[in-house]
Amino acid sequence: MRSLARLTPVLATTAVFLAGFVLCSLAYPNFASLRVVMNLLTDNAFLGIVAVGMTFVIISGGIDLSVGSVIGFTTVFLALAIERWGVPPLIAFVLVLVLCAGFGAAMGAIIQYAELPPFIVTLAGMFLARGVSFLLSTESLPITADLYTHLSDHALRLGGGARLTVPAIVMLAVVIGGMVLLHLTRFGANVYALGGSRAATGLMGINVARSTVLIYTLSSALAGLSGIVFSLYTSSGYSLSAVGVELDAIAAVVIGGTLLSGGYGFVFGSFIGVLIQGLIQTYISFDGTLSSWWAKIATGLLLFAFIAFQQLTLHLARRSRRAPAGVRP
Amino acid sequence: MLPTAPLPPPAAGHKPQQDASQQDAPLLQVTGFSKSFAGFVALDGVDFTLHPGEIHALLGENGAGKSTLIKTMTGVVARDAGTMRLAGAAIAPRSAEEAVKAGIATVYQEVNLAPNLSVAQNLYLGRQPTRFGLVREGEMRRRASALLAGFGLSIDVGAPLETYSVAIQHIVAIARAVDQSARVLILDEPTASLDAQEVEVLFAVMRQLKARGIGIVFVTHFLDQVYAVCDRITVLRNGRLAGSAPIAQMPRLDLVRLMLGRELSEATARRSHAAAGPAGADVAVFTGLGKAGYVAPFDLTLRAGHVVGLAGLLGSGRTETVRLVFGAEPADAGTAEVAGRRVTLTCPREAMALGFGYCPEERKTEGIVADLTVRENIVLALQAKRGALAPLPRREQDAIAARFIRLLDIRPPDPERPIGLLSGGNQQKALLARWLATEPRLLILDEPTRGIDVGAHAEIIKLIRDLCRQGMALLVVSSELEELVTYADEVIVLRDRAHVVRLTGDAVEVSAILAAIADAPAGAAAAA
Repeated sequence: MRSLARLTPVLATTAVFLAGFVLCSLAYPNFASLRVVMNLLTDNAFLGIVAVGMTFVIISGGIDLSVGSVIGFTTVFLALAIERWGVPPLIAFVLVLVLCAGFGAAMGAIIQYAELPPFIVTLAGMFLARGVSFLLSTESLPITADLYTHLSDHALRLGGGARLTVPAIVMLAVVIGGMVLLHLTRFGANVYALGGSRAATGLMGINVARSTVLIYTLSSALAGLSGIVFSLYTSSGYSLSAVGVELDAIAAVVIGGTLLSGGYGFVFGSFIGVLIQGLIQTYISFDGTLSSWWAKIATGLLLFAFIAFQQLTLHLARRSRRAPAGVRP
Repeated sequence: MLPTAPLPPPAAGHKPQQDASQQDAPLLQVTGFSKSFAGFVALDGVDFTLHPGEIHALLGENGAGKSTLIKTMTGVVARDAGTMRLAGAAIAPRSAEEAVKAGIATVYQEVNLAPNLSVAQNLYLGRQPTRFGLVREGEMRRRASALLAGFGLSIDVGAPLETYSVAIQHIVAIARAVDQSARVLILDEPTASLDAQEVEVLFAVMRQLKARGIGIVFVTHFLDQVYAVCDRITVLRNGRLAGSAPIAQMPRLDLVRLMLGRELSEATARRSHAAAGPAGADVAVFTGLGKAGYVAPFDLTLRAGHVVGLAGLLGSGRTETVRLVFGAEPADAGTAEVAGRRVTLTCPREAMALGFGYCPEERKTEGIVADLTVRENIVLALQAKRGALAPLPRREQDAIAARFIRLLDIRPPDPERPIGLLSGGNQQKALLARWLATEPRLLILDEPTRGIDVGAHAEIIKLIRDLCRQGMALLVVSSELEELVTYADEVIVLRDRAHVVRLTGDAVEVSAILAAIADAPAGAAAAA
């Protein structure tokens, strides 16, 4: 029973999503279709992928503000590499993933060895990545490679106009892979341990430096993958793309029940957090009269509500824990 | 929850050493360890020898170098000079991880496990049983349950560690260390947060490990525990080896002399009540103060030049009482009168304005600000009392810090040193200085001598007496009954969150206090 208590935030998030979906379906009968759900997955695939990486970072007690810029950089790099430099798309994908992973590893190493706060290091990384993408090009560059048209045509047709697109498949794979990695491997346990107590983790003989570097490497590599998906989705590269996505990702992670202070959280929660944000956006586009900024307002309110909810459950958990401590047999 | 432990199963791959080898073949041999921090010599050419199947007490005053020796042995801190051999082979671990791999495991006073992970994950973190890279959760839990059963614990190993008591967390930490087939187990003040029964469980575990040939380094401040369980004693003083001998050749008096380098007679002497000055005016009078579910309503009168002691078991309501008095926890019943005026105490700031000071029990979490310097920590309360708009001039801060460092003999005497780098006893002195700087009329001390060693005990006790003589009212919580009776004019005994007995004058005696604590009704006896 004790172990189930920590699932409460994720269950609450899932309940909110389901309730929201039901409400939207009541307002718009067309809403409750497989097609809408599939579009939800496709439209938010890039956000879902970075949110998985962000979940690892936040559970370990860190933060990664650079992911939005890394996505922007990736799209520009891909457009240039494929269209200008003539690099085959698949090789360009591998190149950009290696670059991003190296970038994340460097940030992780600086955080670990220079003992700097992740906030500052990844903030610097954010400016750096965005600056480099501006340096590469300030224009929006279309990508016309065959692979791109092929990949965007390719989808699992589920009937009724519903298509499970490549971006959606990639995201689902990342979410499932992330769940396995976080919940079922030694590395995942180390991520939780770091968030619980960094000092204790080191004293328990865990290689904290290696874990820290790996966590930021993973986050940046997933941001790179997200950039690839984003470029597939838009068939272009633009240095101003994905501005502020790091904040959307953080919001999704927190809405998904992960504690910003680290130590607690689930990949699945972040996935639902992404879907909730997507749901709000879809509702607004169904409505047609609302300004799209209402999505931000709704997300903000939800964030407030979830943080308040987390504080409340934490408070209650502490109280029920403290009570029996005094009368230890 | 903690029955006397049956014998844990022997660790896989480890053969018990033979008794004959004890004399001639050392398990761990440390030679000439030295370490200095920014000019401060913490360790100076220390030798240390541990035999297999030996429980070896490592003792010393605050700042004697025990922690530094342990940290250099386990590679947490890099040593400046010295060699180390484990079972004859030279080793030089550069991190706790490497030390564990070499066979040296450490259990610290503060439980160093991840509170948010399950008990099973904590036991096997970094070495979980896996298949195809995936942790076998079921297998891990089965092993964890079996391992803990060997230590007499039957708990849900899937639950987060933080849902269990500190004692259980400690045993989990030891089980983890032992299970890593450690050949050397370092226990750094493991008993500080355990009650008597839990200490016995720990000792049973230690004796069992000893029988299996594991060498145990045992750091503690309780001399009784040293004589109860150890084979050999090594004493450090001021970073040097002061002496090392088998327990039979080191009587208690010699040991204390070695640790202190001086006789300890004054502090342990019984306070002469005749010599105590007459109690002064009432500083604070509490009538029927209490809070439902926290501590039952009580009456308490604190007079100038008078020490009131609070005694009782852990969780009996001692700390709860002082928190109510200081306003750190709002009372829901009763009245308070300070210097003849009715007051309501709802927060510590109001209490401070009335001239109250409070040194909490949890020095690390509620007391010191580890990253600030000694000077900044000392002036903290005074500054808070003056308010942010009236900053203390730097020269005045320096003067205050210098005065208290001299007065309380805080070491090293460097006001600009971050307080986190000081030893426990010196941190405690700096905390006292913080409140003394505000010139309080009532000072509340919660376990002023906890976690600091004999020499500093005597100094703190002397300080308490001096303060009392100067006309301050004191309210002291202490588990050290022998000490409490030497300075308290009045002792209130608590049981089950209520004040049950008040002893004054000549009735203040250890036996009387013990009788009062033990005199529980049949039903509550088991819980106490």
